[in-house]
Amino acid sequence: MKGQAFIVGAYEHPTRHAVDRSLAQLHADVARGALADAGLNLSDVDGYFCAGDVPGWDAPGVGPFSMVEYLGIQPRYLETTESWGSSYLHHVAQATRAIADGRCTVALITQAGRPRAERQRPDASHRSQPQTACEAPFETPYGAAVTNLYAMCAMRHQYEHGTTAEQLAWIKVAASHHAQHNRQAMLRTPVTVQEVLSSPLIAAPLRRLDCCVISDGGGALVVVHPSIARALKRPLITPIGAGYSISHLNGGYFDLLASGAVKSGADAFAEAGLTPADIRYASLYDSFTITVLIQLENLGFCAPGRGGAFVADGQLISGVGRLAVNTDGGGLCSNHPGHRGGMVRLIEAVRQLRGEAHPAVQRPDCALALAHGTGGLLGSRHGSATLILERL
Amino acid sequence: MQLTSPHITPESAPFWEAANQGQLLLRRCLDTGKAFFYPRDHSPFTGSAATDWIVASGNASLYSFSYSGRADDACCIAYVTLDEGPTMLSAIQCVDPTRLRIGQRLKVTFASTPSGQKVPVFELSHSD
Repeated sequence: MKGQAFIVGAYEHPTRHAVDRSLAQLHADVARGALADAGLNLSDVDGYFCAGDVPGWDAPGVGPFSMVEYLGIQPRYLETTESWGSSYLHHVAQATRAIADGRCTVALITQAGRPRAERQRPDASHRSQPQTACEAPFETPYGAAVTNLYAMCAMRHQYEHGTTAEQLAWIKVAASHHAQHNRQAMLRTPVTVQEVLSSPLIAAPLRRLDCCVISDGGGALVVVHPSIARALKRPLITPIGAGYSISHLNGGYFDLLASGAVKSGADAFAEAGLTPADIRYASLYDSFTITVLIQLENLGFCAPGRGGAFVADGQLISGVGRLAVNTDGGGLCSNHPGHRGGMVRLIEAVRQLRGEAHPAVQRPDCALALAHGTGGLLGSRHGSATLILERL
Repeated sequence: MQLTSPHITPESAPFWEAANQGQLLLRRCLDTGKAFFYPRDHSPFTGSAATDWIVASGNASLYSFSYSGRADDACCIAYVTLDEGPTMLSAIQCVDPTRLRIGQRLKVTFASTPSGQKVPVFELSHSD
């Protein structure tokens, strides 16, 4: 897929608390922002990509059309693959293939959410899953929270591999060191391992500082045909490998420590012709500290069970360790708009490739980056999307 | 432990009727001989409709668990691996979840929900 399409526009909404902006306004804000970044207009868009966070999604088929109408665009290609927070990484791969197939030339991908303004807890969406979901009668009676499901992954990892709470805490410490340089981050004060360990217990073994923030906001990307990219004079960033995989409980035979990243990562690296050793920057979904650790192992950055040692002692901090992760502060410190991390983390990967990350966290000569998202729930069913990008 | 009532479908009705009688039912794939969870008419392993119900022993091991940090919320969520093979989501009835350990032996019991329907939960086996 290398060179078949280019990311020429990226925009992250500066808000973290959108009390005075509707969901549709947030989508429009980020759409205009990304198109302006590319040097394009809404009238140039002929492909639109969105997921379940658009207003009106609850009425099947209505939400994406409503968004298209609100934006005032006339796309001849529409993709609405809903894979929770991993949707947007998958959308970039879909857009690249659609452009290569001649189905569109300017693809706009938007994401937004305002759960903080709506005072909506993450569990409100997952915990009250419709009773029509096949598994719901066998799961909802117990009232498992989102935190419980991720916590059971952490508990199992600690049991199988001796991973410690201190090692998990280092993931938060790294995020906070990055976030201090991000003026828009919700949590900008660097924290210590001890501060993570002494924060209140939320769902054993996870503590409050093992959890991401609840925030509003969103982001958008513009992916275009090579001929348009060359005319725009923006940095040439192209997807070179992509993978997508769904992981579920498989009739009761599953491994909580093997997420969909095992397959999506292997597929993306194979397509790119690279190995994890080639990557110096990664944007990884970080709903909780354990999410990062399991994804690092599953993507092959370290051997299974070795994640604790891999992340300890600041190894994920840019300029300290071999692999920098989430240099914007991630969901753990910066934002997690609409309980979805895929879009805004992917945008930080684009910044790194452009050399536009904060100087304190910018990787020198960053020409390759990986972005990975887990949409849905680690610890039950989820969709994993991996994207490897190169600056040409 | 605050449990809610399940929405019962025709496909799963025998499971819930058995739960009210104190039995844990599993669906079994006749082609592979493997029991699976959650129950459904067809095998998730082969896609075949050749499946039947079996009565589980109710014996299990703790695969993983998590409990709330709030003192007023004593519920402990768990994945338990049944001796018949599959791992299922459930809850552990116990006095002190901080003393639970992965691998501990468990025994099924049935707890009432607001509708009167019972659901399977687990407690520490007396032998453990």
